Amino acid sequence: MKSIRARRQEDRFFGRLFFITAVLSVVILLAIFGMLVINGLHLFKDVSISDFLFSSNWNPGAYKHATYGVLSLLTSTLLVTFGALIIAVPLGIGTAAYLSEIAPSRLREVLKPIIELLAAIPSVTIGFIGIVMTGPIIARTFGLENGFNALNGSILLSIMALPTIITVAEEAIRAVPNSYKEASYALGGNKFTTLMRITLPSAFSGIIAAIMLGVGRAIGETMTVLMATGNAAAMPHGFFDSVKTMTATIAIELGEVAYGTTHYYSLFAVGSLLFIMSLFFNILAEYLAARYRIKTP
Amino acid sequence: MRFSSYFWLYLSITLWGCSGRPGHVENIKVKGSDSEVNVVLSIAEAFMDQDPNVSLAVTGGGSGLGIAALINGKTDIANSSREITTEEMELARLQGIHPKAMVFATDALALAVHPSNPINELNLAQLSAIYRGKIKNWQELGGPDLAISKYGRQSNSGTFVYFREKILKADFAEDVISMNGTAQMVESIKQDASAIGYVSVGYLEDSKQHLISGIKVLKIKAHPDSLAISPTPLVNITSGKYPIVRPLFHYTNGFPKGKTQAFLAYELSQKGQKMAVEAGFAPVSSKYQSLNQKMIGR
Repeated sequence: MKSIRARRQEDRFFGRLFFITAVLSVVILLAIFGMLVINGLHLFKDVSISDFLFSSNWNPGAYKHATYGVLSLLTSTLLVTFGALIIAVPLGIGTAAYLSEIAPSRLREVLKPIIELLAAIPSVTIGFIGIVMTGPIIARTFGLENGFNALNGSILLSIMALPTIITVAEEAIRAVPNSYKEASYALGGNKFTTLMRITLPSAFSGIIAAIMLGVGRAIGETMTVLMATGNAAAMPHGFFDSVKTMTATIAIELGEVAYGTTHYYSLFAVGSLLFIMSLFFNILAEYLAARYRIKTP
Repeated sequence: MRFSSYFWLYLSITLWGCSGRPGHVENIKVKGSDSEVNVVLSIAEAFMDQDPNVSLAVTGGGSGLGIAALINGKTDIANSSREITTEEMELARLQGIHPKAMVFATDALALAVHPSNPINELNLAQLSAIYRGKIKNWQELGGPDLAISKYGRQSNSGTFVYFREKILKADFAEDVISMNGTAQMVESIKQDASAIGYVSVGYLEDSKQHLISGIKVLKIKAHPDSLAISPTPLVNITSGKYPIVRPLFHYTNGFPKGKTQAFLAYELSQKGQKMAVEAGFAPVSSKYQSLNQKMIGR
């Protein structure tokens, strides 16, 4: 038996240790953001901020005049992510509701691990499926010349965002207290009414969190969109246009640049912008989740 | 007891492994052009077979990547399917790197289309117009009423740069689909009736130098009134008749020494050149002889 003093010391020691590990992730976050921004800011010595943000010509390795307009890349990223959400959100929430409210427990036990396994497929494999399978199917279905377009990227990203959305949303729906549902049944609500009017709205904050995590997954995904969307830098006009996302641009071009060039810094600027965007979506998710959180008595 | 005997066995095997190493193994990193990676890899493998004290790691990623890696001190040999630019030379000088060039083979760029496409030949001006976005439909070239899907390479590809500097002499149209590698491009063209893409001819031939199926290679005219020439057979390239050919470069920092030099010499040897031809390239042109001799110190 240790003395009280020794036990207290042990507590203090582990308290500090875990404090350091907790702070570490904050430090890493700040360090990454700082590195991105410091390098990214160098770009604005050569290129004006408005040219960077509001021009849609991205051609740093041009034949004559290099241009660094991020707008078409930004639009591409948002377009592909938005498309992925349109597909993944109804599918994901439907599945989550089925799993937590309707499915018999034995079926749920089988389905859940299988859905989670979907997250284990490497992104490069999904990209490959995009080239050899979904791309040609899209081309045939819509009578296009090829399937390298935003729609292809969206479909593949929705597959990748599904496990996140389903898992988180399912937990949120299951966390709704039984008393809520029982009250609904007592007032004569059937299962469907209860689900739509009581359970889902009560789980809203968790569902929003699930969707935002899905956005985070989609917006940062690189390999899949790089392989499946054709990477044409032109401003996209719809889902059938080929797109070049911000992540794919960084991945493709960071390999070729020499350190310290305008092109090099421009990729950091793109990275900073991407970081700010996902930060925004995360904060939005936190805010919405807090705002609509159910107050259990 | 049992554990300790395993431990001693393990230890002795490890120590024996260390002592049994046949001298010092030299590691050489080779990086760059996707067009070159396969042929350099197969020559490197043959070279390693005859000299166990050398280990070559050959990777692709694009000529731009290879040259950037050389400038940043991350590779011993940069593979490049284009010449180093003056900007890159300047950057290298600032980093204290002195790139030296060698040419080890000649590559013909083939223009590939879908087999269903009735077009058989194009001239360089038409090709340039297609990729600059001036010709948008196969109909304008006498083909079917189909919008042309232009396939290109990503911007760190030497093939991309060569094509832009030598054929387009201007920027690519913005809607060129950029493929991350030659294999991806070939797969895509096979599935797209409206496709056109530029590929190193070696990638369109099997091991017996027959064109692979599922793809049609166009004949190219240097001028609208000259003869249309196919990149196959090999003699069309070596004779200089086929208009879209380029030298394949290696770059090193300063003149190479030791095993690196031995490897480069091996590439230029009869054996090495034969392997390059088997991979679908043409032998190095005689005009690079003096450049190469400086490189391998003869």
